[in-house]
Amino acid sequence: MRPDAAIGVWTLRWRRFRRHRTGMASLFILLALIAFVLAAYPLESLLHIDPDTTDLFARFDPPGPGHYLGMDEAGRDVLIRLMVGGQISLLVGLLATVIGGVIGTIIGVIAGYFGGRLDGVLMRFTDGMIALPLLPLLIVLGAVDLTKLGFSADFAHSGAAGFWRIVIIISIVDWTSIARLVRAATMQIRERDYVRAARAAGAGAPYMMATHILPNIATPVIVSFTLTVGRVILFESVLSFLGFGVVPPTPSWGNMLNNAQELVTTAPMLAVYPGLLIFVTVIAVNFLGDGLQHAFDPRSEK
Amino acid sequence: MSELLGVDRLSVHFPARGGQTVRAVENVSFSIEAGETLALVGESGSGKSTLGFTVAGLQTATSGSLRFQGETLTKATWPAARSKIQIVFQDPFGALDPRMPVSDIIAEPLLIQRIGNAASRRTRAAELVEQVGLPRDALNRYPHEFSGGQRQRIAIARALSPAPLLIVADEPLSALDVSIQSQVLNLLKEVQEASHLSYLFISHDLAVVNHLVDRVAVLYLGRLVEVAPREALFAHPAHPYTKALLDAVPRIGRARRRHSGIKGEMPSPLNPPPGCVFHTRCPKAQPICSKVPPALEPAATPGQSAACHFKEA
Repeated sequence: MRPDAAIGVWTLRWRRFRRHRTGMASLFILLALIAFVLAAYPLESLLHIDPDTTDLFARFDPPGPGHYLGMDEAGRDVLIRLMVGGQISLLVGLLATVIGGVIGTIIGVIAGYFGGRLDGVLMRFTDGMIALPLLPLLIVLGAVDLTKLGFSADFAHSGAAGFWRIVIIISIVDWTSIARLVRAATMQIRERDYVRAARAAGAGAPYMMATHILPNIATPVIVSFTLTVGRVILFESVLSFLGFGVVPPTPSWGNMLNNAQELVTTAPMLAVYPGLLIFVTVIAVNFLGDGLQHAFDPRSEK
Repeated sequence: MSELLGVDRLSVHFPARGGQTVRAVENVSFSIEAGETLALVGESGSGKSTLGFTVAGLQTATSGSLRFQGETLTKATWPAARSKIQIVFQDPFGALDPRMPVSDIIAEPLLIQRIGNAASRRTRAAELVEQVGLPRDALNRYPHEFSGGQRQRIAIARALSPAPLLIVADEPLSALDVSIQSQVLNLLKEVQEASHLSYLFISHDLAVVNHLVDRVAVLYLGRLVEVAPREALFAHPAHPYTKALLDAVPRIGRARRRHSGIKGEMPSPLNPPPGCVFHTRCPKAQPICSKVPPALEPAATPGQSAACHFKEA
């Protein structure tokens, strides 16, 4: 089927994506995961359970009516904690990846496209960020007193502040590798004849970046994004373990997995559930990335 | 006929290592009439592509100026001229964005110049696809599905989309198979007749030049050595370099003449010889040639001029 009239490039890309089976399947799996974590709200009001209420008489209870996946070491409902924890893990994973990725892509494209002194300044700044030792930096950022930055004391001690703190910390430390990757890829595309042709027609830098450079460097960028999502979800648990960001008893997949480590012989399922969810998320994001690459690269074969 | 493009004492220099300067184009003046095809010929490294890029607005001139439709091109007047001057590149594989469908590629100059809306641009792309002899279903396909000749047709369609008056064709045939070259050459002729275009046709293939162009400008080491109507140039070249170029063209039925060719390599544009830049390889060189640079002056045939102290009169 090849229509006579021209259709837009985005329609063509969507068609290619739709034909990519694992990509489409992953999209549905991710949507199902989002539906799953959002189901926490109706479930809480329906079953009158709370993710943080402990019941020491019900420790390690097996699955039963009302508690479909049983209870954890403090007698909390595992299912509802997976749902609520998933909200945090998915949101941190996606937000931090997107924010860090967008910062890195913008800096990389600008440095690679304009070159010269601007490139020098931006890349030395990036090198500086890479050279900073990670943990001390995190501890400093984690210790920033939000009330001194003009936020209200209520906000500074709320869960939301911890959440945003972690998203911003991860974004700040995670954009550097994407920036370098994007810069190198941009420099390869910059001197192609099709970029010259667009310049001869009067195209400016924003048009060139959006229309020619980004689609042509999409493959490495997408790979880098998809790898980052999984890493960030686990990184969140490391940060939470160090005491920044998501603080117990608020669950996240990362800290549930961490807590379950010492119980792995007595209650292995407590580690299996969050581990499985992280695993499925990372796999789905990777295949989604495959699908997107296929959509952007007309030469790729399934 | 009226002048479409005027090039006035144009020089393009590039900084090189160690504070040296590459004089890629030096003090070049010529003009192109409306509807005319001017060939720019020369060896590789003669600066012909640099000159073409400058005319297409991809390279800034170090000194000198360009005049388009009687108006000097400056920062203020370039944007309006850009849709009227288009370029076709040598390598049809690098000239098309591999991730853009053909309809977007062809309509791109219109989008950049904000001419029409999305629907009218697609209609225009569909017309052009047929005009350059490709099937309509090419519109929604990507460049990798096409052969070199077909891609060059797409590149020509892109150059035609904003209805330009001048197309800079930078060796558009040299990357193609010989059998395809003649088809694309005919296409270039057809579209010129259909829309009264001018070409600045950059080439090193004199046989192709003989088929397409009205006038020829010969470039050596960034300097114009001869400009002449095609018949005059092929019949009586005035400059010894042009003569050597013509002698180098292989011809069936002519015995090979071993000694007519010019010897040696073109000198480096970093350090051009004094006087006439060609004197180091010129069979006619005299003492004056290494001292006084010759000016481009009228030669034997009307419309013909050459930069040589001992040009054929």
